[in-house]
Amino acid sequence: MNGNALLNIGIFGIFVAATLVVVIRASRNTKTAADYLAAGRAFTGPQNGIAIAGDYLSAASFLGIAGAIAVNGYDGFLYSIGFLVAWLIALLLVAELLRNTGKFTMGDVLAFRMQQRPIRAAAATSTMAVSFFYLLAQMAGAGGLVALLLGITGKGGQAVVIAVVGALMIAYVLIGGMKGTTWVQIIKAVLLIAGAGVMTVWVMGKYGFNLSNLLGSVSDKLLGPGLQYGKTETSKLDFISLALALVLGTAGLPHILMRFYTVPTAKEARRSVVWAIWLIGIFYLLTLVLGYGAAALVGSDKITKAPGGVNSAAPLLAEALGGPVLLGLIAAVAFATILAVVAGLTITASASFAHDIYANIIKKGQLEDKEAEVKVARRTAVVIGIVAILGGILANGQNIAFLVALAFAVAASANLPTILYSLFWKRFNTAGALWSIYGGLGITVLLIVFSPVVSGKPVNPATGKSASMLQGVDFHWFPLDNPGLVSIPLSFLLGYLGTILSKENNKEKYAEMEVRALTGVGAEKATAH
Amino acid sequence: MSTSEQHTPDAQGNHNWVDVQNSPDFRELRRRLRSFVFPMAGLFLAWYLLYVLLADYAHGFMSTKVLGNINVGLILGLLQFVSTFVITTLYVRHANKNLDPMAEKLRNELEGGQA
Repeated sequence: MNGNALLNIGIFGIFVAATLVVVIRASRNTKTAADYLAAGRAFTGPQNGIAIAGDYLSAASFLGIAGAIAVNGYDGFLYSIGFLVAWLIALLLVAELLRNTGKFTMGDVLAFRMQQRPIRAAAATSTMAVSFFYLLAQMAGAGGLVALLLGITGKGGQAVVIAVVGALMIAYVLIGGMKGTTWVQIIKAVLLIAGAGVMTVWVMGKYGFNLSNLLGSVSDKLLGPGLQYGKTETSKLDFISLALALVLGTAGLPHILMRFYTVPTAKEARRSVVWAIWLIGIFYLLTLVLGYGAAALVGSDKITKAPGGVNSAAPLLAEALGGPVLLGLIAAVAFATILAVVAGLTITASASFAHDIYANIIKKGQLEDKEAEVKVARRTAVVIGIVAILGGILANGQNIAFLVALAFAVAASANLPTILYSLFWKRFNTAGALWSIYGGLGITVLLIVFSPVVSGKPVNPATGKSASMLQGVDFHWFPLDNPGLVSIPLSFLLGYLGTILSKENNKEKYAEMEVRALTGVGAEKATAH
Repeated sequence: MSTSEQHTPDAQGNHNWVDVQNSPDFRELRRRLRSFVFPMAGLFLAWYLLYVLLADYAHGFMSTKVLGNINVGLILGLLQFVSTFVITTLYVRHANKNLDPMAEKLRNELEGGQA
């Protein structure tokens, strides 16, 4: 494994060097907040669409879904369908209207016709909560990946690698801002989709380009649904809950929403989503072949027992197909994926702090020095990066899969209802928005804390450990792992109740917002250089 | 940078947004948008939910093999991909043909009016 590790590090080093050059070149014209936080709004729809795919196809999508299909068969495929169909909400209901009414953050849109300060504080809170859960999941996942790809099994060595990943990410964000980060996403998306494409053709070639032949060589129980979620009535409900959070969460993910501000017009925002839908859809079709290919050529048992567990399916398949060189390439792509996604999350969280909290709450929107916003965003990025490194080291080896589910559940419960009400409901007001954001966030976190993912799952006799995060205690009373089934309808209800119980109703401001959302009057233009 | 941080109607203060919102042209634009996106969103969510429920509660049906080793579940799953691509294409066509020209006309009227 040592020779392989050097090869893996070498290929990854080339990626880092190449992207750093691109980031430095891209950052030369970065001056204003619109340059730093929204890439001067100068990306084209197709470029932004590729970058969205890069942002969205995290390590959880690539390694996680291929692995879930290899081990749990059809139930793994269900994830990718939820992740894809969700994009229709972004396309039909959110992307263009959001682009026309905001500048940098989700808070811009939510606060448009509300009392600025409380709404921006709420929007920033939920943005940072979602980004933090997501970031922690990615960083902790990096630890497991290191074990698998570089043969580093000691906690200390893994901590060093997590710190290196974090430091690189901080460098990208500091130097490149949104423009540099977007280029990293684009390069990574192209590499990821190309790599998955080559492996798919390779696998299909082994089976005469006949999907039925491939399926015939995996165990029959992998082909039908139910392996992961079909065991009990509770786990079936859990699956519905997860499916809801996946389909409604995507259009509420702040790092995805922020990408719509990097293009010059609403029409380009639409084109971005169309490109993203095609690329993400095609990629998930590839992972279907990769997952079943790994089950057939590597074997579900070997994958489960490998260091890195389920996540090792795609890398092990690469090794089985093309030996150490292909493994090195896929390993480098997997690292690049983590790096790009954490960079995207960091710039989103720092933009929300700089724009919503610093510029609009602390400075009350009266910022004299326009560069101050950029300065604050840069400092915040460093702080978030350091917190992510420390969190990643602490969470390394923990069961962190629920963090991504938590991020989606918060996005679907706290953000999406508020965004939809804001864009489409005339009567909606400050109280309603606060109720749905804080209510959605609070209920989701509460239900997760008292769910089986945190405590109380039965002890596995083989390992002597419970699958819950905490061992030896049981204080769970909520039966499901995923809170969406309860938290999403409740947040919609809270937003409704909060609204009708408050008298505030700003008809003029809603008229302005709706006219601007639909026609693009007064929308932020691209900055010219 | 045409709007202020607070979105107060300064340069564009001439507009009475409620009047614009109530104008026949704008109401028609809104009708065209909403009459497409709301039913379509309802449709794809219902179809997705049906698929999820089948995968969750109708294991036997979903595992029925149709073509070689390809079963009903896989076909329905792939149809979710197809429907997503189709709805995307339909919406783009609708927006290009029925929404964009009208939005552009209104935008030009409003932005021309302030100069």
